[in-house]
Amino acid sequence: MEPLEIVNRLKSKYLNEIADVSEFRDQVFVSVNRQRISDICTFLHDDPDIYMDYLVDLCGVDYPDRQFRYEVVYNLYSIKHKHRLMLKALIPAENPSVDSVVPIWAGANWHEREACDMYGIVFNGHPDLRRILMPDDWEGYPLRKDYPLKGPADTEYKGFEELKDLHSHDSEWNIR
Amino acid sequence: MEDTNIDSRKNNSRVKEKELTLSMGPQHPATHGVLRLVLDLDGETIVKCTPYVGYLHRGVEKLAENRNYMQVLPLTDRLDYISSMSNNLGYCVAVEKLFGIEVPERTEYIRTIVGEMSRIANHLLWLATHALDVGAMTVFLYCFREREAILDLFERLCGARLTVTYPRIGGLKNDVDPKWLEDVYAFTSEFPMRVKQYETLINKNRIWLQRTKGIGVISAQEAINWGMSGPALRGSGVPYDVRKVTRYGVYDKVKWEVCTGKNGDVYDRYRVRMDEFLQSNSIIRQCIDQIPEGPIMADAPKYTLPAKDKVLTDMEHLIHHFVLITKGPQTAPEGELYVATEVPKGELGFFFVSDGTGKPYRMRVRSPSFVHVSVLPTLCEGELIADIIANIGSIDIVLGECDR
Amino acid sequence: MIIPGTDLVEVAEGTRIVPGGNTIITTVDKLVNWSRKSSIWPMTFGLACCAIEMMACGSSHYDFDRFGVVFRASPRQADVIILAGTITKKMAPVIRRVYDQMPEPRYVIAMGSCACSGGIFNTYAVVQGGDTFLPVDVYVPGCPPRPEALFQGIMKLQEKIEKEYFRWSPWR
Repeated sequence: MEPLEIVNRLKSKYLNEIADVSEFRDQVFVSVNRQRISDICTFLHDDPDIYMDYLVDLCGVDYPDRQFRYEVVYNLYSIKHKHRLMLKALIPAENPSVDSVVPIWAGANWHEREACDMYGIVFNGHPDLRRILMPDDWEGYPLRKDYPLKGPADTEYKGFEELKDLHSHDSEWNIR
Repeated sequence: MEDTNIDSRKNNSRVKEKELTLSMGPQHPATHGVLRLVLDLDGETIVKCTPYVGYLHRGVEKLAENRNYMQVLPLTDRLDYISSMSNNLGYCVAVEKLFGIEVPERTEYIRTIVGEMSRIANHLLWLATHALDVGAMTVFLYCFREREAILDLFERLCGARLTVTYPRIGGLKNDVDPKWLEDVYAFTSEFPMRVKQYETLINKNRIWLQRTKGIGVISAQEAINWGMSGPALRGSGVPYDVRKVTRYGVYDKVKWEVCTGKNGDVYDRYRVRMDEFLQSNSIIRQCIDQIPEGPIMADAPKYTLPAKDKVLTDMEHLIHHFVLITKGPQTAPEGELYVATEVPKGELGFFFVSDGTGKPYRMRVRSPSFVHVSVLPTLCEGELIADIIANIGSIDIVLGECDR
Repeated sequence: MIIPGTDLVEVAEGTRIVPGGNTIITTVDKLVNWSRKSSIWPMTFGLACCAIEMMACGSSHYDFDRFGVVFRASPRQADVIILAGTITKKMAPVIRRVYDQMPEPRYVIAMGSCACSGGIFNTYAVVQGGDTFLPVDVYVPGCPPRPEALFQGIMKLQEKIEKEYFRWSPWR
């Protein structure tokens, strides 16, 4: 099925939820409100003609200047029908949360954890929402646009600070 | 306080069954890098397995946002450092689609050749380490012999063994010479015999069969639901290969098959990769037979470097070269795009958000290893602790790509 | 046994041999350093890309064994830790712990640009060089270094061990 056809199907069912549809180089992006994202995903997964059985990717994007600061991009693909649709959930800066899609695609588990780790987006109903790439006691969300590339200039990560402290006493322990 | 009353101690002293928690890694020779697994064990049976990743998180995605499109290319080498050529290719294909560049036919052929060579090199390293983990030392030494042959060919091609950065946006760093192609051809005529050698070493080895057959079974539906890709998915019998479904390289012009397994266990994933050796080998041979003459860089002066001989003789090209090298491409089409390629480990996708400037606004790397590590608990829970080594080997992970 | 009236012959610097006898005379330093440098056992500890080159060093084509370099999987049996790859802030405490588990004398080789200085990854998550938290003995630059470069690093370490002085006993 052509991506635009899927969008029409989606529109006929969830017209009020769809905020925007854009197309670039044959890929269709559908922006939707975050409230009913899990219904929409269930529909896309279960409908026999669409049947998006493969969640390729899920990631966050940060737009500090927009009304909805964060976006969660769901990259859906159907192995059976060989079509792709990009779904974007719009998430405001205050209370950045969205429903988890882990019950639909098990593979979303770690992708959601990563988005939470990197952007601070909370996924409601996620079975095990912890930091994944950064250490548990890390402060800040690295992929947000206001996070500096080299980390905050004045604060060093606590675990590493302790380590440097340990190293400074090496000579006392006769470590050369 | 210690209970000193002997009678009451007797009553309490029956053996208590307790789950044992074992931390495996990050420093463990069989975890293929810096993966940490926390295993809850009931005797030797794994009750729960929790992988911890991120020990190699280098911030590649953040770094890419601060660099222009040309400067990101060397970062992609270091994602999956076992098959860096494929990663470079994946990135270049994605950026070319974003920029709307068509690359010349000769380039497509060369890219397919080096991409498949990289696949062979990756699978060789996979077989070497997987066999070593499961207990077959000899295979390791044999596989590295052939891998070194491929790395030597890469070195002759572009000067680097491992982190090659050979493809460029819109083309290649340099053209291949006929002697190099001849030597690749010579390698491919010998290689199927080598694959047979490996098979004689392990195919009928009882230890190998016992440790791989029926271990780590995942059904096709489950594998799709988890988002697995590459040989790990094909081992479960799903004939999904990005090379067949999207157009890049010259995979539509050569004859090859998607290799699949049936049972979705460690053994089938091993079989798929062994079959891919021969498929890749045959793709390379066909490409060398068909390769046309022609230019290697696309004609897109905004994004691609001019030829070196023109730079050295012509003022205009010199300025153009200087600007591209020092500042990089200044503009890019605005939009969002996901482009996937099939790297040896599975589906490697690059998702770009471009805001029109010369730097990616957001670059997301969809790496197969990240997904595959997340499947690990499903694969090994309820099995024996020794099987976890076979399972880690069979999904072929590399932590550089997993953590990015 | 030294036979009176014979001269000792100096066969190498600081090592003398008794002609006709089965005896050499040298310092304990010399003997200890010689045996120590001839069997440097590194730990099997790969961090990132350089680990693949380290594996290539140990495998059939390059064959590290001829230097007396045999990879050991446990820190308790190792003499040298090769920091082969990018060190992240999450990994650094682990490396430090592994290093602390190694018996004295222990050495550190920083393999590759990342372990030397952070390399191209100048980001929030990456430690800018192994020497920020470990005493590094030898730096091997390259991204990644070729196996030959690591060989040279090992040889440099051997040179360093040769020059050591009174490092053989806690009560010396």
